[in-house]
Amino acid sequence: MKLQVLADIFRGDRHADRVVPPSGHTAWLTSFTAATMTFLAVFALALSLASGRLADRWGDALARSATIRISAPAGQMDAQTRIVLDVLATTPGIERARAMTDEEQRALLEPWFGPDLPLDALPIPRLIEVTEDATGYDSEGLRQRLAAEAPGAVLDDHTRWRRPLALAAGRLRLLGMTSILLIGATMAAMITLAANAALAANAQVIRVLRLVGARDTYIARAFVRRFTLRTLTGSAAGAALGLVSVAFLPSADAAGGFLTGLGFQGAGWLWPFLLPPLAAMVAFFATRFAAFRKLKELT
Amino acid sequence: MIAFENVAYSYGGGELLSEISLRLAPGSFHFLTGPSGAGKSTLLKLCYAELLPTAGRVTLFDREVRSLNRDEVAMMRRRIGVVHQDCQFLDHLPLSANVTLPAMVSARQSEAADLEDLLNWVGLAKLADALPPQLSGGERQRAALARAVIMSPDVVLADEPTGNLDWEMSLRLLTLLVELNKMGKSILVATHDLNLIRAAKQQVPARVLRIAKRRVQLAGADL
Repeated sequence: MKLQVLADIFRGDRHADRVVPPSGHTAWLTSFTAATMTFLAVFALALSLASGRLADRWGDALARSATIRISAPAGQMDAQTRIVLDVLATTPGIERARAMTDEEQRALLEPWFGPDLPLDALPIPRLIEVTEDATGYDSEGLRQRLAAEAPGAVLDDHTRWRRPLALAAGRLRLLGMTSILLIGATMAAMITLAANAALAANAQVIRVLRLVGARDTYIARAFVRRFTLRTLTGSAAGAALGLVSVAFLPSADAAGGFLTGLGFQGAGWLWPFLLPPLAAMVAFFATRFAAFRKLKELT
Repeated sequence: MIAFENVAYSYGGGELLSEISLRLAPGSFHFLTGPSGAGKSTLLKLCYAELLPTAGRVTLFDREVRSLNRDEVAMMRRRIGVVHQDCQFLDHLPLSANVTLPAMVSARQSEAADLEDLLNWVGLAKLADALPPQLSGGERQRAALARAVIMSPDVVLADEPTGNLDWEMSLRLLTLLVELNKMGKSILVATHDLNLIRAAKQQVPARVLRIAKRRVQLAGADL
């Protein structure tokens, strides 16, 4: 039954289409609302997908890596580093471990201290990058061995960083999804208002149609079809505009780390194409609900 | 076809119609008279279920109107042609589309030749493409009559159909109603135009009902 009704929307009824006057402010209001809401939904979707990817990436990267920081007098730094690397080489669950070079450490500090950092003159700790294998390692056991064999070495398994980052990314994703739901609800409300306005403006038309024996489904269909198609058209325009805008966002390299990955990737570009049909469905049910409620008020 | 049994109708202010009992038989011709505000239009609206009685029973084609759902009311209205004094049209559609509206909403094809015949019958063939606001009062009344009969209804109800017309045009409309009656349609005309009733009684055995003191009485001898 519902599928038949939906099919009727696209097949159209030449006669039913004619009975409702074609003009009116509700026409552009509906299309404009649909276009604007879909445009915003595209961004909310992009934000949601990007934050999801970010959460996964941060989670994976930080979960599988750790850092050992060695603080020791300059004369003992190399010896401590060797000891720590030896300990790591014999620790089960460690895939690889390597000491970061001076250049790498300088690059890490460059955003804060500038390019000409005199690394030799500063008591900068040596950093060892540790990557675990699929089985993982015993972080508590490793801490105890390091404390015994290289007292200046401290293991940082990123737990205290990972949790808030993953939490923030998760919240961001939730925010994006909530925005999409709110946008959908707002669009439904706006279209319901527009449909109500159109029905009120066409009360005379409805009276005439009822007088000559039109059933409620016939009258409702004329309005529902019109609003659904207007919404679909407006939403398609909004989605296209949104996609173009997202495509022209600054690239990750140009914008720096903050915007890294914002936008769509791979099959993610297909998601916005679902928005116009979804908007049309929202319009279909919102207008149908409004139309039947209004018609029941009339004899 | 249409029967009232002890029907009453009340607005918020009080009872407008009371203890109305009448029966419109197939092929009958009735006039409904009475002073303005007596309830003629209300009684007609009860006949096509735009209003429901506050007491008593109204039966349309053997179905009690209270038992009808909205779709069934719509189906009943396809068997009842209605002509209002203030003819209501869809102003954005041409006359031809307005006349075929009942066929349109019931998904019934109306032949172009039938429409042409119908418009010729009411003398509006040349105005088929005109929009309703471009029509005169008499043309609108005749267009409303054409729309009322395009589905070949069993009953035609007319509410003050000659209220805005001159005498010549009133007689022309009456002639059309008489012709419909001779085709077997039941006709009920609400009017306060006694001359029209006299003219009709010369052509058909019409019965005259008068609304007085909220009740319907049979009149006629004095007309």
